[in-house]
Amino acid sequence: MNSQFPINQNFTKESLKKQFRLSEFLAEKIISSIAFLSITIIILIFFFVFKESLPIFHFGKSEKAKTEVSSESMPESYGSTSVEDLKPESYGSEPKEDLKPEAYGEPVSQSDLKPESYGEPVSQSDLKPESYGEPVSQTDLKPETYGDVVVEPLTETTTKDSSISEENQHQDKVAENNEGTDQTWSTFLTTEWVPVSNNPRFGLIGLLIGTIKVTIIAMLIAGPLAILAALYTSCFASKRKKEIIKPIIEMLAAFPSVVIGFFALIVLATFFQNIFGYDSRLNAFIGGVAMALAAIPIIYTISEDALSAVPKTYTEASLALGASKWQTAFFVTLPAATPGIFAALLLGIGRVFGETMIALMATGNAALLSSNPFESVRTFAATIGAEMAETVFGETHYSVLFFIGSLLFIFSFVLNAVAEFYVKGKLIKKFQGK
Amino acid sequence: MDKIIDKENPHFFSNTTNNADVKGKFFIGITQLAVVLIIAILFIILGIIVFEGREKFSWEFISSFPTDGMTKGGVLPAIIGTFILVVVMSIAAVPFGTITAIYLTEYAKENSKIAAAVRFSVRTLAVVPSIIFGLFGLGFFIQFLGTGLDETFNGGELHWGQPNILWASLTMSLLTLPVIIVSVEEALKTIPRELREASLALGATKWQTIKNIVLPGSISGIMTGTILAVSRGAGEVAPILFTGAAYYLATLPESLSDQFMNLGYHIYIMSTQSSDVEKTMPIQFATTLVLLILTLSLNLVAVIIRSRIRRKSK
Amino acid sequence: MKNTKIEVKDLSLYYGEKQALKNISLEIPRNKVTALIGPSGCGKSTFLRCINRMNDLIPSVKITGEMLVEGIDIYDKNVDVVNIRKKIGMVFQKSNPFPKSIYENVAYGPKINGINNKTELDEIVETSLRQAAIWDELKDRLDDSAMGLSGGQQQRLCIARTLAVSPDIILMDEPASALDPISTSKIEELVHELKEQYTIIIVTHNMQQAARTSDYTAFFYLGELIELGKTNTIFTKPEQKQTEDYITGRFG
Repeated sequence: MNSQFPINQNFTKESLKKQFRLSEFLAEKIISSIAFLSITIIILIFFFVFKESLPIFHFGKSEKAKTEVSSESMPESYGSTSVEDLKPESYGSEPKEDLKPEAYGEPVSQSDLKPESYGEPVSQSDLKPESYGEPVSQTDLKPETYGDVVVEPLTETTTKDSSISEENQHQDKVAENNEGTDQTWSTFLTTEWVPVSNNPRFGLIGLLIGTIKVTIIAMLIAGPLAILAALYTSCFASKRKKEIIKPIIEMLAAFPSVVIGFFALIVLATFFQNIFGYDSRLNAFIGGVAMALAAIPIIYTISEDALSAVPKTYTEASLALGASKWQTAFFVTLPAATPGIFAALLLGIGRVFGETMIALMATGNAALLSSNPFESVRTFAATIGAEMAETVFGETHYSVLFFIGSLLFIFSFVLNAVAEFYVKGKLIKKFQGK
Repeated sequence: MDKIIDKENPHFFSNTTNNADVKGKFFIGITQLAVVLIIAILFIILGIIVFEGREKFSWEFISSFPTDGMTKGGVLPAIIGTFILVVVMSIAAVPFGTITAIYLTEYAKENSKIAAAVRFSVRTLAVVPSIIFGLFGLGFFIQFLGTGLDETFNGGELHWGQPNILWASLTMSLLTLPVIIVSVEEALKTIPRELREASLALGATKWQTIKNIVLPGSISGIMTGTILAVSRGAGEVAPILFTGAAYYLATLPESLSDQFMNLGYHIYIMSTQSSDVEKTMPIQFATTLVLLILTLSLNLVAVIIRSRIRRKSK
Repeated sequence: MKNTKIEVKDLSLYYGEKQALKNISLEIPRNKVTALIGPSGCGKSTFLRCINRMNDLIPSVKITGEMLVEGIDIYDKNVDVVNIRKKIGMVFQKSNPFPKSIYENVAYGPKINGINNKTELDEIVETSLRQAAIWDELKDRLDDSAMGLSGGQQQRLCIARTLAVSPDIILMDEPASALDPISTSKIEELVHELKEQYTIIIVTHNMQQAARTSDYTAFFYLGELIELGKTNTIFTKPEQKQTEDYITGRFG
């Protein structure tokens, strides 16, 4: 700021001349560029999560594609990420054969029906040959594996030569991976998730069904409960009660998901097993109940806001017509707030769909195909959480997990976009009649 | 809607046990039940964790290392690890979150597409599953930045290209960014337009006004945001699963390139992978209690500050 | 021309599609008090905010025409809006002291202009407070928060704060509308004293106030300037029928 203090300064053209203020200019530029960082982060997240999953598309391309493996020379057609897009490619023959022989044998045998069996100390080095020198951190610092790793002899995906640079190693690995995992993404549409084996299969269907199952259970519990509670808070409770209820329910949001997961694993699981008497202690139902606890505060808060935002004139008009309080609440306020409640449910689904710790701790983590809610399931997010630490950089398994991550990201992005634009547009239409 | 028309019948006032009345009580009762149920569940969780955890919960538990293969001893390294994590995370997230909020309230034009895009991005960041941040941390910070740093400065020797506190904290800071932005934005909005106008009418520039009038008035908002972010960051486990949390470390981390222990991760590990889950149960509950006390009390402080801001602005 | 401080030529202002000021042309004399009167929503405050470009803050506003202060068009693209506001101070309807100490409030303007010398600042604060006739009341509690003052004191503090930047012109937007009669009369006295050194433009909805304090009066109605003249003339024998109707209380 080098402008002079205007005492005794006349009102002249010079004194009023446009000044260039460096600090002003810098402040504005810096602030706006930092604000744009949030956009950049979103793009970066998508880019990097998706980038790591690219190799799987590579293998599937063609025999020719196998030879050129450098990750820089990717064809542009990676935009098509949806599973449907993958269908037309004719890899159908192999997975069908795979389906029958082992059925779901492997995941079942390994699935941890009892928590104790988690402890199984499979040393990382048994799983992976020494030649994978570079991920020291993972092999050294975490001597035990988490989750239900299928213990099988070395896969074919090993490189014998560790002396070459990491870049080359990566490429070699990729190249050799091809032999074993040629059909990587052809196995996506199967139901078997056997990532570590002689013949790794990455059937996403089982995981998808597991995720959907847990989501449905959680939403069936959380949705009605949270919306009814929101209705009570905004329509029936006195102001004093409202001021107590709201912060208490919102306090539930402050519970870390690992705490809810822990509670489900130790307390809820036993409690419900005693009631229903099913076999597997950890199952989709337990996971669903626990996730409902995580979703309730989100759905509650947003629905409550939506209900409270309904113009007073609506409810007053209804009350003036002689409708009682509950009639007004159910027939006027609730319908008027539908778009907001819809958004609340969408965001609740987003929360449950991507919830990792609860799924990891309470669902049993076995990808079974069953409609029984009391069977163990395995969700997308839990799969990433459980297995990422054991994969090796550049391996197919690693890429597939990142691919699942991309799917989760896209899904939550779309959910948010729908909640944001569709619902907002509806609300504006509703209240302003435009 | 027929019910409403029903009421126009002349017998309505005399008819006290009206059908609609009973129905109404029933519906209101159900909504009330939902509230009671949710609150009951909340207190049951709290109660069980406090009850089961109280036995082991002591100063000694907080201030000592785990011993005997984590079947005895305390959680000191996990607490310290969590503490370092949230401090580094706040250092990264608070300035960025505050500045973004300033942009949104002070600089962005009302209908500008860019501001809308920033807002949308912030909300998307808030709903992206936390595990995705973990993947991003692994793909970007560790594999891209870390490995890049190692190749450029360490001649390929592995130093930054592996999970550590720094990468875990930065990953966590992305996760908590929206929390800070929303809190600060809310606080900035409570500063009356009159004060901004008064400053501008005295010949202050926009930045001078922000620096001297707007920011001092929003300190409490920045504080709430930070506290909420810290509470969130202390409890999240998924983002640090493969960006820096360690199962067990015999020593405290010495630099940002070390791995660390973390309360939430410790709970996860102890309850699913411990060699004797039954025997360590008290430790698990006590650890959970420590984490809950930490996050809930931070939240409580934030709620109090926030309600003060709201009262002030009225 | 010599005695004209502000000359407005054909000034129109639009809020989006809506025209709020319609082709205003007028001259405001130097070192006099000019009152702007009219029913609420007539554009008098909007016009006042045009004079120091406060309307720039509202994104949808579009302004056409010229606003010449000392012969310089302040809407010229080479003119710096920040410097304009240093020379044309403004006192608002609602007193709006900063949530800082009394001293800091007055010293704010000089400080942002780069004056950091303590003795110089002290001097400016004292002169400004004296000019605003509030020094004696506040001299012992300069470090107290300004938020603890009464409404009338706050408003005079705001005037002192404006004076501290030593403007040429002071704009007052209904400065006494929220005050009790005693505070109001103090403000009016103050206005009377200040016109020796400053050109003052005051918006008021109180016709007695306009009659008491101003030398010239402009009557606005529905975004148009109906009449501008010596206050005496306007209040005794206005030229326009609408002005007479308003002054005699037949509408508004």
